Amino acid sequence: MSIWEYANPVKFMRLSGAVLPWLVPLAAICLLGGLIWGYSTPPDYRQGASVKIMFLHVPSAMMAINIWIMMLVASLIWIIRRHHVSALAAKAAAPIGAVMTLIALVTGAAWGQPTWGTWWEWDPRLTSFLVLFLFYLGYIALWEAVENPDSAADLTGVLCLVGSVFALLSRYAAHFWTQGLHQGSSLSVAPGERMSAVYRYPLYVCMIGFFLLFLILLLVRTRTEIRIRRTAALQAREARP
Amino acid sequence: MTALLLRDLRLAIRAGGGFGLGLAFFLILCTLVPFGVGSDGDILGRIAPGILWVGALLACLLSLDRIFALDHEDGSLDLLATAPIPLEGAVAAKAGAHWLTTGLPLVVAAPLFGLLLHLPLQAVPNLLISLLIGTPALSMLGAFGAAITVGLRRGGLLLSLLVLPLYVPTLIFGAEAVRRGAAGMDATTPLIFQAAISLSTLALIPFAAAAALRINLR
Repeated sequence: MSIWEYANPVKFMRLSGAVLPWLVPLAAICLLGGLIWGYSTPPDYRQGASVKIMFLHVPSAMMAINIWIMMLVASLIWIIRRHHVSALAAKAAAPIGAVMTLIALVTGAAWGQPTWGTWWEWDPRLTSFLVLFLFYLGYIALWEAVENPDSAADLTGVLCLVGSVFALLSRYAAHFWTQGLHQGSSLSVAPGERMSAVYRYPLYVCMIGFFLLFLILLLVRTRTEIRIRRTAALQAREARP
Repeated sequence: MTALLLRDLRLAIRAGGGFGLGLAFFLILCTLVPFGVGSDGDILGRIAPGILWVGALLACLLSLDRIFALDHEDGSLDLLATAPIPLEGAVAAKAGAHWLTTGLPLVVAAPLFGLLLHLPLQAVPNLLISLLIGTPALSMLGAFGAAITVGLRRGGLLLSLLVLPLYVPTLIFGAEAVRRGAAGMDATTPLIFQAAISLSTLALIPFAAAAALRINLR
């Protein structure tokens, strides 16, 4: 019994089918609960009510980066061990990551307008997120452009590897280029630097909710991809004389 | 590898279109910018470092699909893949030929274009050095993008989407070096970063590009 067993599409389908009905209500509770809890927090003494965008902004930004890392790991597994589910999971994750990046950018703009007085600033964090968004777009476009599914998985895998290095590099390059408005980190472990518990706990719940949401979408999309593959295989078999 | 390099150079020069195209594009860009932002020398001088680097980047992008596409069409890329030299070496040679035909002319012509855009004279050495160090990275990364998109229909458009995000760090450090030169500041740090990017792409990208080519030729 090892984790590689679930690289078998049949086992993966069975496990994900069993887990999904449990995940959905759990994610709904976390998301709705976290957002409502976050919405009912008192306004910040400097930022006012606008601080509540944080409960969408921070989790989506966190997921935007983590989904790319997940795609990197999935691509590596595909390149090294040739498990098809892994490649399909990477493919399924990319649009979710792109949307998360977009949510982070849009909520960030909506938050920046009242607090910094500007919708957009060429700040290192903001700029590197825009570049990350471009990487997601390129990755998705490459999946769409290549017809042979195995070649597509290989090519996007290589692109993901190279892209990861450069996404990281862009982040530090942007830091060097200009000093920004964006605060350093939102969830520092050091006491005194971190925000008060009133905001922190609902934020944790929202983060868990976003993660579960990603997991659900990922499983559903991967299942769809597997079914598309099966349909294609069936059609190919029927078309054969 | 030398033979391949010379062959690509000869093709670029004799077949026409490849060699001067980047330069002509750069010249057009430098002509269009003053129409767009106004001919005020102060403003032009201030934005010149960025415009020059963005121009170099776009001029480079313009000729990228020529690296592998023509050889893919007439089948010589398959021959290269089965040739006794490693495919990584072939990629490096082809990227080198691309640099010699687009990157190097840009470096040589850059002071002239800087003059057109009112770039302060003291920034010209920095412009030359940063382009000289940075354009090899552009050619290598471009070869990677070209290798990924080689047998695709409408690969050209996809190529720019894939390659431009990869160009971001090079652009940032390059433009920063020129800007520091224009302000009379020391530009060693961005130049060192740029050299690091170029050297690591030289060392690693041939493997990634060759892997992509092998997938596409399979």
